[in-house]
Amino acid sequence: MTTTETLLERGAPAPARPPARTRRERPTLTSVITWVAAGCFVLVVLAVLSSVLVQSFATTWRGGWWPDGFTATWYGRAWTATGMSRALANTFQAGIAVVVICLLAGVPAGYLLARRNFPGRSVVMLLMLLPIILPPMTYAVQLAALMYRVGLGGTMTAVVLVNLVPTLPLVVLIMVPFVEQISPSVENAARVFGADNLRLFTRVLIPLLLPGMLAAGILVLVRTLGAFELTFFVSSAQSQTLVVALFGAISDPGGVPISLTAAMAVTYMLVAVLGLAISLRYVTPSQAIRQRHR
Amino acid sequence: MTLTAEPDARSSAAPPKRPPQPLRHRLAERGVDWTLLLILPAVLIIGALFVYPFLYGLSISFQPLRGNDPLSNYTDFFGDPYLRDSIWKTLRLAVPVAFLSVAAAAPLAFRMRRDFPGRQFVTLVVLLPLTFGSVLIAQGMAQVFSTTGWINLLLTSVGIPEQQFIYNYTGTFIAALLVSIPFAFVMLMGFFGGIDRSIEDAAATLGAGRAARFWRIIMPLATPGLVTAFTLCLVEAFAIFPSAILVGQPDNATHVLTLPIYQAASQRSDYPAAAAIAMVMTVLELLILGVLMLLRNRLYRGPSSGGKG
Repeated sequence: MTTTETLLERGAPAPARPPARTRRERPTLTSVITWVAAGCFVLVVLAVLSSVLVQSFATTWRGGWWPDGFTATWYGRAWTATGMSRALANTFQAGIAVVVICLLAGVPAGYLLARRNFPGRSVVMLLMLLPIILPPMTYAVQLAALMYRVGLGGTMTAVVLVNLVPTLPLVVLIMVPFVEQISPSVENAARVFGADNLRLFTRVLIPLLLPGMLAAGILVLVRTLGAFELTFFVSSAQSQTLVVALFGAISDPGGVPISLTAAMAVTYMLVAVLGLAISLRYVTPSQAIRQRHR
Repeated sequence: MTLTAEPDARSSAAPPKRPPQPLRHRLAERGVDWTLLLILPAVLIIGALFVYPFLYGLSISFQPLRGNDPLSNYTDFFGDPYLRDSIWKTLRLAVPVAFLSVAAAAPLAFRMRRDFPGRQFVTLVVLLPLTFGSVLIAQGMAQVFSTTGWINLLLTSVGIPEQQFIYNYTGTFIAALLVSIPFAFVMLMGFFGGIDRSIEDAAATLGAGRAARFWRIIMPLATPGLVTAFTLCLVEAFAIFPSAILVGQPDNATHVLTLPIYQAASQRSDYPAAAAIAMVMTVLELLILGVLMLLRNRLYRGPSSGGKG
């Protein structure tokens, strides 16, 4: 790919202005502005994140370049005092449950949307797009009201159910292109050799779709981990996830020490980074988002 | 939940053994048969947890906790200038954020089409805020942007007086930008990836200069993507919530539309009022989406990849 393109460029007849040849080496004003802006953004992001890390090890830090001293005791206190172990367990429970349900319901739906044309297909497509496009705050409160109405408010079940709304359509829309790239003749061959629907799915389609399912599952896990608004409105102290616990600690008027919340934040970051690192190995993010917003 | 997932497994395991009927055949011709049940669990879940709550929210918004006037939740919202102004405050925050994020993300996303050293690193760092979310960003900003934080230390060391960055409009603005730029970046990277570089090369071969290539080739192809990214960033920034509380001035400058929802639902347990304001927000968002998507459909929609045969 790259070699053919560079060949194409070299083989191109000399343009009217020969200096254009070296255009990639010569920095232009726009490229300088772009790189300076990008550099600033990267620096601010890194500063924001590393300050949390430094804060979590600080004895006191009242401003200035560096804290007064370092200690690792905040982590122990965060673990025991803020119910973080509970929140961490909840996060994993909710995350895994959401991933499993999303894959069970989303993969067949994605398969059907990719392979078949049926009346009402565009309605289903719209139904899958809207929860992704609309920000969670538009439906979080109504959903929470409904959960409290049916008696599920504050339970783990509600947390799982609520998180399905933005993630299930994500799985469906990610699966569609993955199914499309499997040739239908593979399925036909399996049918000729006598596979019924169940066998077709478990022996042929699932193994071929595994990379896509893995990618979708990890994206769902990362999104559930960071989903604040939806979980915030339905969860109680017993069922809150890490982000919600973190928000509670930061906005607590009673004043939780900032280093304590920083220690919680670092734990949350570690969990999220782990998810992101794994997901980047299996899926290119632009591909996933492009499917989301097509 | 497993209950909803089971029926489709069974239906695919044991297809009905009835003799073929004419009606079934006619339906099958139009694409309706038993395998369609595979889509049922997903549609049921979204129907029960997304469509129904919307209808439920709409109906309870007309059943206020106090009084008998079904519209009182809406008249309360639009009658109170403090609450009504939150729409304006949201727009004043969301429009600049969306505009600036697309403007900042587009040039960088465009350059991501070519390989350069550190490409992976830039992608990873840009993606971090998206993964962590605005709660964590707000936590970090409270230190870095405080009056004695790193940014102000840097500014004073080059002779610029101390600035108040957080607990005001600027704080929420920066926090929104830190999440919105990556969002726009990832979307635009996808859109620009679909623009074939050989089109640009062909134009160069035919003698188009740098400016001509940009205005005549790249811009027409990129504009639909830019409009989409702007729209989705705007809608996303419209619903900004945690950072308006944590690094903003929630009772004044950043009293955005989500805050009355939060106060009604979490502090007063007045779900009908919260649902009414959420409905107002939804209508505004759908309006933004509709208008901008209509605009986008009037733009160039031809192929953006060159034929290679």
